[in-house]
Amino acid sequence: MQITVKIKRFDPEKDKRSRWTEYRLEANPMDRVLDVLNEIKWEQDGSLSYRRSCAHGICGSDAMLINGVNRLACKVLIKDLGNDIAIEPIRGLPVEKDLIVDMESFFDSYEAVLPYFINDDPVPAGERLQSPEEREIFDASTKCILCACCTTSCPVFWVNGRYLGPAAIVNAHRFIFDSRDRGTDQRLEVLNQPNGLWRCRTAYNCTEACPRDIPVTKAIEDVKRVLLWRTS
Amino acid sequence: MKRAHRYDVIVVGAGGAGLMAARYAAQNPNVSVAVISKLYPTRSHTGAAQGGVGAALGNITEDRPEWHAFDTIKGGDYLTDQDVAEAFAYEVIDAVYELEHMGLPFSRTPDGRIAQRKFGGHTREFGKSAVERACYAADRTGHMILQTLYQQSIKDNVTFFNEFHVLDIVIVDGECRGVVAFELATGELHTFHAKSTVIASGGNGRMFKVTSNAHALTGDLMSVVYRRGIPIEDPEFYQFHPTGLYRIGVLLTEGARGEGGILRNGSGERFMERYAPTIKDLAPRDMVSRAMYFEIRDGNGVGPDKDYIHLDLTHIDREIIESRLPDITEFARIYLGVDPVTEPVPVQPTAHYAMGGIPTNIDTEVIRDGNDTVVPGLYAAGEVACASLHGANRLGTNSLGDLIVFGRRAGVNAARFAAASPYGELPKTVQDYTHELLQRLRHGLGKEKVAHIRKELQTTMMDHASVFRTQETLSRQVEILRELKERYQSVGVEDGGQQYNTELMEAVELGFLLDNAEQLVHGALNRTESRGAHSREDYKERDDDSWLKHTLIYREGDGVRIDFKPVTLGKYEPKPRVY
Repeated sequence: MQITVKIKRFDPEKDKRSRWTEYRLEANPMDRVLDVLNEIKWEQDGSLSYRRSCAHGICGSDAMLINGVNRLACKVLIKDLGNDIAIEPIRGLPVEKDLIVDMESFFDSYEAVLPYFINDDPVPAGERLQSPEEREIFDASTKCILCACCTTSCPVFWVNGRYLGPAAIVNAHRFIFDSRDRGTDQRLEVLNQPNGLWRCRTAYNCTEACPRDIPVTKAIEDVKRVLLWRTS
Repeated sequence: MKRAHRYDVIVVGAGGAGLMAARYAAQNPNVSVAVISKLYPTRSHTGAAQGGVGAALGNITEDRPEWHAFDTIKGGDYLTDQDVAEAFAYEVIDAVYELEHMGLPFSRTPDGRIAQRKFGGHTREFGKSAVERACYAADRTGHMILQTLYQQSIKDNVTFFNEFHVLDIVIVDGECRGVVAFELATGELHTFHAKSTVIASGGNGRMFKVTSNAHALTGDLMSVVYRRGIPIEDPEFYQFHPTGLYRIGVLLTEGARGEGGILRNGSGERFMERYAPTIKDLAPRDMVSRAMYFEIRDGNGVGPDKDYIHLDLTHIDREIIESRLPDITEFARIYLGVDPVTEPVPVQPTAHYAMGGIPTNIDTEVIRDGNDTVVPGLYAAGEVACASLHGANRLGTNSLGDLIVFGRRAGVNAARFAAASPYGELPKTVQDYTHELLQRLRHGLGKEKVAHIRKELQTTMMDHASVFRTQETLSRQVEILRELKERYQSVGVEDGGQQYNTELMEAVELGFLLDNAEQLVHGALNRTESRGAHSREDYKERDDDSWLKHTLIYREGDGVRIDFKPVTLGKYEPKPRVY
């Protein structure tokens, strides 16, 4: 099928502001958007820049705003978009070049919630025990690939870039609800700060944007409840 | 000198092996450590591993490390160095518990232990029946390992240089003194002066058309060291995973067969019963991939062109599929529009894993010849390295085990060496080679497109040097590679910019891939036997009298030189490989 792809481009060495460029090409309905971007880069315009690696929704490199929705370019097919496709960088992070954004502040927020296992008890000879039911409680939040689809779809984050954002909170959830972890108090202290958890206005954009089907808003609500319980 | 850095230990690559190495190096209080990665660490391809990490924990049924060692050696068609396999099978148990102690969310048994399942080639009592050895976290075990190790690196405050692409290694007087890297964000070159360098940069599957490998897996460091006189060991042994999604190659874990999935041909027959009567669909990958091609060649394939095979999960409970194999279920639904719960999934073998790589001894020290001469200050671990744990064919789950066991060894040993050594002097011209390499590409004639050469490389490698090989196909491929390398001299890069010049990096990576293909094809042409993943139709038998030895390929002038290294044997005598 013949498709038209409009891409919002920005060359930091030439452009003062971003500009739309249009490409026409032949595509297979089963092609991924990433395949189409590759086709453009490899055959029409080598300077088009974007991040990509695994090409099947696991590495989290290629989050983009595709026809108005945050998605991974490797996880959405042309047949589901139609003949006219518009691609922009994800919002709320500084654009470096074309579809590449500066991810540093995103990772800073992630690191702020102490996204690592905390338990200073002596380790057993074998594994720590955990029942399948205890494991299930935080299963969804272990799926996070840090692609930033959720955080950069959040209207609160667009207005206030210092808001920790849904991705960081999901990763806090992953440890807070892990029966083996002992770091909840430290994490809640971070989440309780002015740019923490309470900024969430339950817009649900994050849940809709998540390419891993994590119920992000629910995870945020779960953490809010823990915080209320602890502080009341 | 521009952009100079100095760390006692430099780790190249931030997947499982690199992060493990960095963690262990950093535990030595006497050394400074930094990790250089061409991707953000969480984008590394360790994250795409699915099925599990093999360790004889015995959580489901009795298991023993000696059985695991034996399976690894037999699975490697006796090219595995037996001392390496034995050390590995014991250490991996400890390493898996350690991951759990770092918080890795393994799936659990009803009594709360790490869940385990069956996997190809893993057996009890030296081949009697399949055993549950793969410790898993649903079908995203690699993702959980990568996330857990990255999380620990944040806790440990590890220094990262993300989106820095290592393009050269500094070897002076036979010892390694660091690396030269290209910073993607600025286009600047950086020199990293180090006492120890650990290479953990992953594989090279992008030389093939159908692959499970990420775009980033272009064999960079296997080429970089090769250009600097270090040989590559056993490059002819390249694994094709049996179950890649038809045409696009995305991996569907062997764990699907571990959970009871069955491969069926065009007439619905469970054909693996004929090829491996005891463990059937759970035979090692090389055997299953060949069996699939035999079926297709005999007209027993599936589909209008009879060119694929069915992976059938439809007899397994929906709940088990959704809970233990959620990701691959989603891949089949999204990319092929097939629901594995109700329909069989079209699959074909997909280029997956390099058994060969940068030669190391059991302590992960890089060696430069058949006499095990060490390159001081240089270490390698993970897929990029060849210890040789996997021999001629890797067993499923042993790649993740390899990362954590040998990543750890590399970190410890690199730090110990660095703590006891002074910095060697760097030549003033240290960046010249890389600078010229980039200038040549930036100002190339532009007669040729990178994408076109790469596509031809991938197609011809698939046709001539994949699952089956002959003198004729390999000789033809030698000629094709010569021509492609010639044409590569006149590629051009349209993007003249400095910042995020991903086009320039793709051009550099193509050069690396061409070197990797050269290593593989020459190794394969030279080895006139069939062993493990290397299957010569004109030499169908394994020939232990002539070929029970490792290949070492050196670059020499415009061509290659081939040498050999003995296999470390042990208590297991090479026997015919039946399952």
